[in-house]
Amino acid sequence: MIGHTSVAVGGLYGEKASGPTVDFSYVGIDAILEQMRRKAMKQGFELNIMVVGQSGLGKSTLMNTLFKSKVSRKSVLATSQEKIPKTIEIKSISHDIEEKGVRMKLTVIDTPGFGDQINNENCWQPIMKFINDQYEAYLQEEININRKKRIPDSRVHCCIYFIPPTGHCLRPLDVEFMRRLSKVVNIVPVIAKADTLTLEERDFFKKKIREELRANGIDVYPQKEFDEDAEDRMINEKIREMIPFAVVGSDQEYQVNGRRLLGRKTKWGTIEVENIAHCEFAYLRDLLIRTHMQNIKDITSSIHYEMYRVRRLNENNTVVAHANGIPEHHLAAHEM
Amino acid sequence: DLKDIKYPQRDTKQPERDEKEYVGFATLPNQVHRKSVKKGFDFTLMVAGESGLGKSTLVNSLFLTDLHKDRKLLNAEERISQTVEITKHTVDIEEKGVKLKLTIVDTPGFGDAVNNTECWRPVTDYINLQFEQYFRDESGLNRKNIQDNRVHCCLYFIPPFGHGLRPVDIEFMKALQDKVNVVPLIAKADCLTPTEIKKLKERLREEIDKYGIKIYQFPDCDSDEDEEFKQQDKELKESTPFAVIGSNTVVEARGQRVRGRLYPWGIVEVENPSHCDFVKLRTMLIRTHMHDLKDITSDGHYENYRAQCIQTMTSKMNADKRVESPIPILPLSTPDVETEKLIKMKDEEIVNNAQQQVLHNQDADVN
Repeated sequence: MIGHTSVAVGGLYGEKASGPTVDFSYVGIDAILEQMRRKAMKQGFELNIMVVGQSGLGKSTLMNTLFKSKVSRKSVLATSQEKIPKTIEIKSISHDIEEKGVRMKLTVIDTPGFGDQINNENCWQPIMKFINDQYEAYLQEEININRKKRIPDSRVHCCIYFIPPTGHCLRPLDVEFMRRLSKVVNIVPVIAKADTLTLEERDFFKKKIREELRANGIDVYPQKEFDEDAEDRMINEKIREMIPFAVVGSDQEYQVNGRRLLGRKTKWGTIEVENIAHCEFAYLRDLLIRTHMQNIKDITSSIHYEMYRVRRLNENNTVVAHANGIPEHHLAAHEM
Repeated sequence: DLKDIKYPQRDTKQPERDEKEYVGFATLPNQVHRKSVKKGFDFTLMVAGESGLGKSTLVNSLFLTDLHKDRKLLNAEERISQTVEITKHTVDIEEKGVKLKLTIVDTPGFGDAVNNTECWRPVTDYINLQFEQYFRDESGLNRKNIQDNRVHCCLYFIPPFGHGLRPVDIEFMKALQDKVNVVPLIAKADCLTPTEIKKLKERLREEIDKYGIKIYQFPDCDSDEDEEFKQQDKELKESTPFAVIGSNTVVEARGQRVRGRLYPWGIVEVENPSHCDFVKLRTMLIRTHMHDLKDITSDGHYENYRAQCIQTMTSKMNADKRVESPIPILPLSTPDVETEKLIKMKDEEIVNNAQQQVLHNQDADVN
């Protein structure tokens, strides 16, 4: 390196060509961050969230609360009567939202019918299939000869699983679902409608749930094995000690102490959704949106998707298709 | 169903309301930012041009490195038998917390021989090799730590002594235009007066146009950029090809210490925009267009290479009357020969089975 005398010269892009100083040691490579940021702002971001849980657990309301917009299926599609569908449906609704110049295409994937039937065996199958279909679509685009500059990302980045606030323990359905799906997607379990639990009941329930998750080998987000370094680990450990978040959702505002807040008004008081003394909605929001959104997407693309891809590649190698009358083996997306 | 639902129109007079409207995903760019800072960046820059045009000095000036301290400069006789080599130097630079792994690819010997026919071939071969490596890695099974060694930019040094492009310049740039971002430079511009530089630049731009040479084009400014940015962008575009001077020595000029070259008739200041375009080049290469250079390499040049590669491979497969596999992923982790062998083996296996089946049926018929 040349000597470290600092003499600044008139730089381009904003600096005034004034003082007689040339910086001998400044190359300017940190400007690449700004270049990246500009590009990212131009392109916008995509986020795909799936919500899974029985009817009536407040999934749609929670989505609306999280994004402060009417983004859920119920808000968009007019449903005269809310009927429980006979089979599980997968309904995707996309919105373009914007905040402080940052544009995002948010897709909320709803799964009405999950867990509502009398016999709920295999109710995770359509959901698994949907998730794998998205990986497949991405893979197909990626291996195309003429592929798009930016492959549209419909992969499910995060699956919020709603646990009913029984206060006791996980139900077999919860365990079965999370066990299978945690292998292919980031699962964020939440205790729904937590305003029926006192703080002690809530703590007990959470501890129980964490024990059961551990006992069944279910790795929910943030997964321990994907912590990148000590800093990550420290942050994520704190989160792991708090999950599942006990949430209450609301898209109604009430007057509390002279301020208008989102909440639920009852005869015995008003539950303030964003008040962490009342419920953990704010933690969920911070995790999902303000701090770990990019990380959630990264884990989806660099771990879950890669696993899927490797599996597909290996399948393909063992079944080499031939011509001459032998029917092509149709490689459909399998359940794991 | 795609619906454009913007934020509900609310009364924004009260600051509390603003905070309420805030979901928080505006932090996304910062989250991406943080990850990139942790990971660091890489950039591969190639320099090409005859010996003695100041390539090494310029690179050292640009990145404040000292890359070729102990190299041995060959004399004319030694150079006769020299072929074009490709040498690589990697240096890690860190600034304000941002890490850059910079690789400089040099092409010593280029254009130095008596007969320079196709002297660009080692260069194009090298570039192709990096593409091929990346293609393999990208198609492979473990994609966790793919190293991107693709060449993001090639600075081509044109001597200032001539009157425009020479045949070797035209041939070289045309050979490379579809493989890498070519940025032509007028080297050692301190031997030209401002008028001569202007004339030479015009001449070069004309000839580049005339011969259809596709050099790196600066992308257009967004319409929403501020005026100052647009003005500077315009100036940048109008000064190409950049006339550069490099120096690693510090001299005293006008009462300050500057990077420059000391002549009896005056001092050339490298970082003085009225003396040469070094600052413009540095700004473009590092501070404003590094990312774009990488994007064009990966979305343009590399994609072309990849598409061609796949087409060649699939047409080879088709020529052998094979049906394409349902996923046209070729297991490039093993060389083609192996795959061919495997396919042949399976073919024979299936043919044998088919024959067995036929015999079996015949037996059945007989019985």
